[in-house]
Amino acid sequence: MSQQGYVATPPYSQSQPGIGLSPPHYGHYGDPSHALSPPGVMKSAGPLGAAAPGAMLPPGPPPSGPHQFGQNGAHASGHPPQRFPGPAPVTSSYAPYPPSAPPSYPGPASASPTSRLGSQLGALQISGYGSSQPGTAPPGQGPPGPPLPSTFQSPPRPAQPSALQPGPQLLPPPPTTLNGPGAPALPPAYRQDGLLGPASTQFQPPPPPGQGPGAGYPPQQAGSGPQMAGPQLSYPGGFPGGPAQMAGPPPPQKKLDPDSIPSPIQVIESDRATRGGQVYTTNTRGQVPPLVTTDCMIQDQGNASPRYIRCTTYCFPCTADMAKQSQIPLAAVIKPFATIPSDETPLFLVNHGENGPVRCNRCKAYMCPFMQFIDGGRRFQCGFCSCVSDVPPFYFQHLDHIGRRLDHYEKPELSLGSYEYVATLDYCRKNKPPNPPAFIFMIDVSYSNVKNGLVKLICEELKTVLEKLPKEEQEETSAVRVGFITYNKVLHFFNVKSNLAQPQMMVVTDVGEVFVPLLDGFLVSYQESQSVIHNLLDQIPEMFADSNENETVFAPVIQAGMEALKAADCPGKLFIFHSSLPTAEAPGKLKNRDDKKLVNTDKEKMLFQPQTHVYDALAKDCVAHGCSVTLFLFPSQHADVASLGLVPLLTGGTLYKYSNFQMHLDSQQFLNDLRNDIEKKIGFDAIMRVRTSTGFRATDFFGGIVMNNTTDVEMAAVDCDKAVTVEFKHDDKLSEDSGALIQCAVLYTTLGGQRRLRIHNLGLSCSSQLGDLYKSCETDALVNFFAKSAFKAVLHQPLKVIREILVSQTAHMLACYRKNCASPSAASQLILPDSMKVLPVYMNCLLKNCVLLSRPETPTDERAFQRQLVLTMGVADSQLFFYPQLLPIHTLDVKSSAPPAAVRCSESRLSEEGIFLLADGLSMFLWLGVSSPPELIQGIFNVPSLAHVNTDTTLLPELGSPHSRRLRRAMSAVQHRSPYAMKLTIVKQREPPEAGFRQLLVEDKGPQGGASYVDFLCCVHKEICQLLN
Amino acid sequence: MATYLEFIQQNEERDGVRFSWNVWPSSRLEATRMVVPLACLLTPLKERPDLPPVQYEPVLCSRPTCKAVLNPLCQVDYRAKLWACNFCFQRNQFPPAYAGISEVNQPAELMPQFSTIEYMIQRGAQSPLIFLYVVDTCLEEDDLQALKESLQMSLSLLPPDALVGLITFGRMVQVHELSCEGISKSYVFRGTKDLTAKQIQDMLGLTKPAMPMQQARPPQPQENPFVSSRFLQPIHKIDMNLTDLLGELQRDPWPVTQGKRPLRSTGVALSIAVGLLEGTFPNTGARIMLFTGGPPTQGPGMVVGDELKIPIRSWHDIEKDNARFMKKATKHYEMLANRTATNGHCIDIYACALDQTGLLEMKCCANLTGGHMVMGDSFNTSLFKQTFQRIFSKDFNGDFRMAFGATLEVKTSRELKIAGAIGPCVSLNVKGPCVSENELGVSGTSQWKICGLDSTSTLGIYFEVVNQHNAPIPQGGRGAIQFVTQYQHSSTQRRIRVTTIARNWADAQSQLRHIEAAFDQEAAAVLMARLGVFRAESEEGPDVLRWLDRQLIRLCQKFGQYDKEDPTSFRLSDSFSLYPQFMFHLRRSPFLQVFNNSPDESSYYRHHFARQDLTQSLIMIQPILYSYSFQGPPEPVLLDSSSILADRILLMDTFFQIVIYLGETIAQWRKAGYQDMPEYKNFKHLLQAPLDDAQEILQARFPMPRYINTEHGGSQARFLLSKVNPSQTHNNLYAWGQETGAPILTDDVSLQVFMDHLKKLAVSNAC
Repeated sequence: MSQQGYVATPPYSQSQPGIGLSPPHYGHYGDPSHALSPPGVMKSAGPLGAAAPGAMLPPGPPPSGPHQFGQNGAHASGHPPQRFPGPAPVTSSYAPYPPSAPPSYPGPASASPTSRLGSQLGALQISGYGSSQPGTAPPGQGPPGPPLPSTFQSPPRPAQPSALQPGPQLLPPPPTTLNGPGAPALPPAYRQDGLLGPASTQFQPPPPPGQGPGAGYPPQQAGSGPQMAGPQLSYPGGFPGGPAQMAGPPPPQKKLDPDSIPSPIQVIESDRATRGGQVYTTNTRGQVPPLVTTDCMIQDQGNASPRYIRCTTYCFPCTADMAKQSQIPLAAVIKPFATIPSDETPLFLVNHGENGPVRCNRCKAYMCPFMQFIDGGRRFQCGFCSCVSDVPPFYFQHLDHIGRRLDHYEKPELSLGSYEYVATLDYCRKNKPPNPPAFIFMIDVSYSNVKNGLVKLICEELKTVLEKLPKEEQEETSAVRVGFITYNKVLHFFNVKSNLAQPQMMVVTDVGEVFVPLLDGFLVSYQESQSVIHNLLDQIPEMFADSNENETVFAPVIQAGMEALKAADCPGKLFIFHSSLPTAEAPGKLKNRDDKKLVNTDKEKMLFQPQTHVYDALAKDCVAHGCSVTLFLFPSQHADVASLGLVPLLTGGTLYKYSNFQMHLDSQQFLNDLRNDIEKKIGFDAIMRVRTSTGFRATDFFGGIVMNNTTDVEMAAVDCDKAVTVEFKHDDKLSEDSGALIQCAVLYTTLGGQRRLRIHNLGLSCSSQLGDLYKSCETDALVNFFAKSAFKAVLHQPLKVIREILVSQTAHMLACYRKNCASPSAASQLILPDSMKVLPVYMNCLLKNCVLLSRPETPTDERAFQRQLVLTMGVADSQLFFYPQLLPIHTLDVKSSAPPAAVRCSESRLSEEGIFLLADGLSMFLWLGVSSPPELIQGIFNVPSLAHVNTDTTLLPELGSPHSRRLRRAMSAVQHRSPYAMKLTIVKQREPPEAGFRQLLVEDKGPQGGASYVDFLCCVHKEICQLLN
Repeated sequence: MATYLEFIQQNEERDGVRFSWNVWPSSRLEATRMVVPLACLLTPLKERPDLPPVQYEPVLCSRPTCKAVLNPLCQVDYRAKLWACNFCFQRNQFPPAYAGISEVNQPAELMPQFSTIEYMIQRGAQSPLIFLYVVDTCLEEDDLQALKESLQMSLSLLPPDALVGLITFGRMVQVHELSCEGISKSYVFRGTKDLTAKQIQDMLGLTKPAMPMQQARPPQPQENPFVSSRFLQPIHKIDMNLTDLLGELQRDPWPVTQGKRPLRSTGVALSIAVGLLEGTFPNTGARIMLFTGGPPTQGPGMVVGDELKIPIRSWHDIEKDNARFMKKATKHYEMLANRTATNGHCIDIYACALDQTGLLEMKCCANLTGGHMVMGDSFNTSLFKQTFQRIFSKDFNGDFRMAFGATLEVKTSRELKIAGAIGPCVSLNVKGPCVSENELGVSGTSQWKICGLDSTSTLGIYFEVVNQHNAPIPQGGRGAIQFVTQYQHSSTQRRIRVTTIARNWADAQSQLRHIEAAFDQEAAAVLMARLGVFRAESEEGPDVLRWLDRQLIRLCQKFGQYDKEDPTSFRLSDSFSLYPQFMFHLRRSPFLQVFNNSPDESSYYRHHFARQDLTQSLIMIQPILYSYSFQGPPEPVLLDSSSILADRILLMDTFFQIVIYLGETIAQWRKAGYQDMPEYKNFKHLLQAPLDDAQEILQARFPMPRYINTEHGGSQARFLLSKVNPSQTHNNLYAWGQETGAPILTDDVSLQVFMDHLKKLAVSNAC
């Protein structure tokens, strides 16, 4: 729903009211209704249910129980305790439960009891955390009254865990625990609010009642189940032990302990622990895949691998109303060309020769496992539109006893989720087989680029990198042809035909209306023209050595490349190496408009919009001709990324930005990017179509795409790192039986010039239970979706509105859960569904991203850059980007090969004796604490002490020491997660460059603004409470 | 006293001037009654081996509006060291350098034999000559090869310090940078987009901001400030480079599909050439040499679309107003021509193709700038090769026969005013007291610019007598005209040639015989023809013919002797006798008749007619026919069908064609091989004689004529048959009944009929 809001303003403005759940109505549902509804839905509940709500609600125990557990229970927050001294008891305490739990959990998560437990604990904590952690202890013991901020400051870390631990022990009445803590929690929650400051005032009215409610609640719960009340009450009582462990229970209670709030690290680690290294088979509809951070092997058994498609939820609500009520966006993040690890099976290629792919007659869906063969195999019924089509004679096959074709396992399109078809001429432009693509290298040879040696660097590198042009597996040499253009305010084309003794340069000065001055000899095979090309690359730096042309053009450069591809009648990719704002008189000329005054005004969106329409039109033109643009930008000052980056964005290219490029610092990063980008697997001139089964449809698309109608997603090129996020909306009711099916077909041209169709199929389940929906959500995909829709909305809406919508939608999603799925608890209690446990922290990271954070200190270019970057990110990239990875290097076990366990991105996790590696996919920091152990420093830098460490480098010395080797291995592992080469910055604690590092400590209050995780959580909680009221 | 014929000849040799009237009617009224205007043909740079230039500057009349040059007609007071201007009567002090003059020690310019004198100016920077080749690459392979060879050859003929540039065009236009090492570099322009001079200069980096870049290159020897353009380099420096570059020139690489013409961007290429020179070398001698092998098919100046199924415009289309591109294209080239003329450069057009190439539209480029226009079938013909080579021929001094950037100024004594000029010139729009309101040709000015000229370039200059009838000129009074031509000699010196002439005034009423006797009918015919052709460019053909006829009739009425209404009594004096015949042939000439000529051919013929000297012009009007026979030495014969006899060999020179025609018998003899038999050696000689004579003409003529060797009944004989007076046609053949010539199958009137009509009309009162 929110997405709609982004698209069309009106809803936005109304969003808050609109979104608000109708409290009264839901209120009625209260616990009982809840309890009642679940029963039907949830079958799994069994033991858990019993354990949790079941206890409370005798009648419908199973259903509701699982719910809460699934959601709440899953909850990660349970972990923190484990980590702390307390873990042992916890597990032990849980031990009894597991047995009952496993059966109850149908989902993968159920695998290990511990995890479950952990999750349960988490849930508990979460619920509590709003209140529980602090609440648990405090409420019971401490006076709910007004805890002082100061008191909070004293870190009561130990206390909470312990407090939690008690929770588990109490678990027997898990539900109760939830509620229980809730009740006591209330006060803390209020306190938090109070802490928050302004908000507190509003809140305060509740606090007093807080106790009241607390009191009041218990009755409710009691009402629902007297037993529960008991447990709740008992909680505090039971807890005491815990608190005791925690040490100073009372004082700590007040402070919301960061350790007790859901930790992304813990969630990641637990998923990794339960599912990592295993085989995940995609045979079941609607199953939630492992997290993106979890390494496992994926086996395609009828649904596309999560590497290709990830959904925000794997269980769609049956009705639009439900969707609206929950406010959970229904979306899929599709990365059609995702890289598949070498140990997984590559896509099969289906070739039906001239017959072409078999398709449904009506909706034109491609043959896939969702097609049902009937009538003895003579006809098939489309899983998407239910239309019955004849099986073409060449494709006929008999059916077996269960109605499956005998060749079911021989044909990839019948048994696999992803495969490729060879396309026939009907699928080609002008019904002509396409030509192999071409790469055109376009180098800005203006004064600054020549001066700082960049031109020379590029030319040198091209000589080697051209040897590695991408090719199709079976080919010996690359079919990709190459061409060269240099430019400043005029363009120079080069004729590098193989039979020439020396290259010929053709200058095109008519930048107003660029054209291609030559046909033959511009695009050549590198192998054939190698000597001429080398000759040229040797000459280019000298040729312009004396040039002092400062002005450049940009749009004409792209235009030229596109025209060249057009003339050669092939798709292709432009590699543009550009450095400055194009101020020369030409189309696409830009003014320096970096107007910081717009920040924090309604006009701020203009900073993200291109200056002229030229680039938009140009991008569309490029896409129409299969011309993708990748831009390497080396700005030394404002270069208007919002304008320059538009074409790369819309044409499926990549924008690499190296601000203030310095040869000795940045060349490595640039060269790595260049190599990667050239070698990338990529498809050209692509059209993507997402088909869905009846009842819902794809309504909105985000990514590096152009759409000329509502269904065809056109991409000049799509490479292995580009993802398209697709939002779905209900047309009608979905049925639980048939589920929700998605087929994504991408028609594209391969590197060898073959036209192909890549098909990904994914079946999702449907449910009329909100609980199912919440259970199947995936936070990483949700964040990806929210980020893209918000960043898209940035162009049209004031940032303030967008931020508010994000917060309120978060609150709504959680409130809806609380209202409909969670077992009853104190209104003031924060209850998070397990699957969304870390949503608040991620959401806060998103809100703190410089794009959404209106700070004049951030260069406009950087904001525009990050905005465009995120728009094409896949789930894994966005996860890392929004929640950077912080690795304690000093704890590296020199002997083990396992990567160090990440820690949460907060300053409080740093230590003066530590060395930390921090990476967000774009940049990498090596942070050296002031008291870093000298032996470590010696091992890594080969210098005696911290003071000797030279921070003016981006490379670590390649030492043979175990520390160095391990660190570098860890770095390369991190690097491996990102499509962008990360530049390493070495920062010493308490030195000015530390600011950049601190900015990535996303759980803390941002140095340039942005709430800390804790504060944000309180804020969300407050919103939820408001909604519930 | 010598005859007028001798007088005329003498004057022509000395001054390069021929007047229609050598005694001038002294009143305006009388002058208008003379029908043929007072006018002259002036060959400003007529070759004068006997006239070495003087090494000083001319002495000018000090009156600012006059500034006439001291000349033999001036009254000189040797004692007072004063001279009186014969145009404005201003008394002027001689400059100090003339302190020593006396009656016996006169400077050359005061001697009567130096009525034409040339001064050499020493001051001012000398700029090198510039040759900018603009080459069409949409040619057939062998055509292109031939052209490349011609161009390479021409490099060796150029003066070594001349600057050369190269622009090639096809679908795109490429301006080649000639000075680069290691990589050949060219600037490319879209062939469809017209650019202003400013844009072109910006795009070529010729404007100011680019200059520092140039200077940043240290090793540039700045011997000459003009060598700043990368596109124009001294030939001695880049000789090899350019030769290689030309050698590597490829045909336009863009594919031409079946049924299409190649896309040829002539309009833009010329525009760029003009813009390039305009920006770098204004007002210096420069030739843009356009070599094209077909019509412009795209962009500004396109003449025809690229669809082969739509033929290029014909006269028929033009009359029907069906030539869609003509007006626009013409406008484009006119604009270019005017800009070029303003800058003092000239444009040559070498068009070689079997079909038309758009000369009609482009003609002004050559016409207005004094450039050459050459039309041939292919670059791979000797016609083109020799003609092109001849452009670089040298005179007796070893100088190129070309001059640039000339300004012709005409001064007249106060009884005369200047009505206009017709020739390869543009007006400089200098109004003055001696400019007439009456307009003939390029008028309204007393100065013209002739951007390119050679020793035969001839202008027709028309005057008006303005002396009123009631203000008689005293007996023995003389009118004077001074022609001052400033130009850049091919040696790059600036020179000034001054010609001052004087003629007697005569009262037309009392001294008509004098005037009549001093009529130069040849000059008059050419001058009238120029007027006619000039009109034909803008008027319908029939109107021009009617006008010419009327003029002729009026002239006959005025100067013929006859009894009213009695045609048989009509007589013309000797000095007029040939004039009607010239007019007869003129009417039939391709200059006024477009039938059987393409628009390009008409433009080509007219172009040359408007710039050749009197002799050549007369040949064009009335071709010369020589007859060779055993009866005696070759003799000129009447241009008449009766001259076509079986036992003669005819040699016809129409200026554009040299036709050798073997009579029927001769052709049979040759076929029988008599010329190879020793006993018929004389026949062999007879056959050889016209060939030798033709060679002689071919050697001297520019442009080289089309050489046609044909015989009785040959298809090429049409060239002869279309020129001769059809005295015998299929209509009257039997009436004549004798085997004295060849009948011409035409309905055209013969000279006889024409004369009969003329007499009838002349003696009638109708006109």
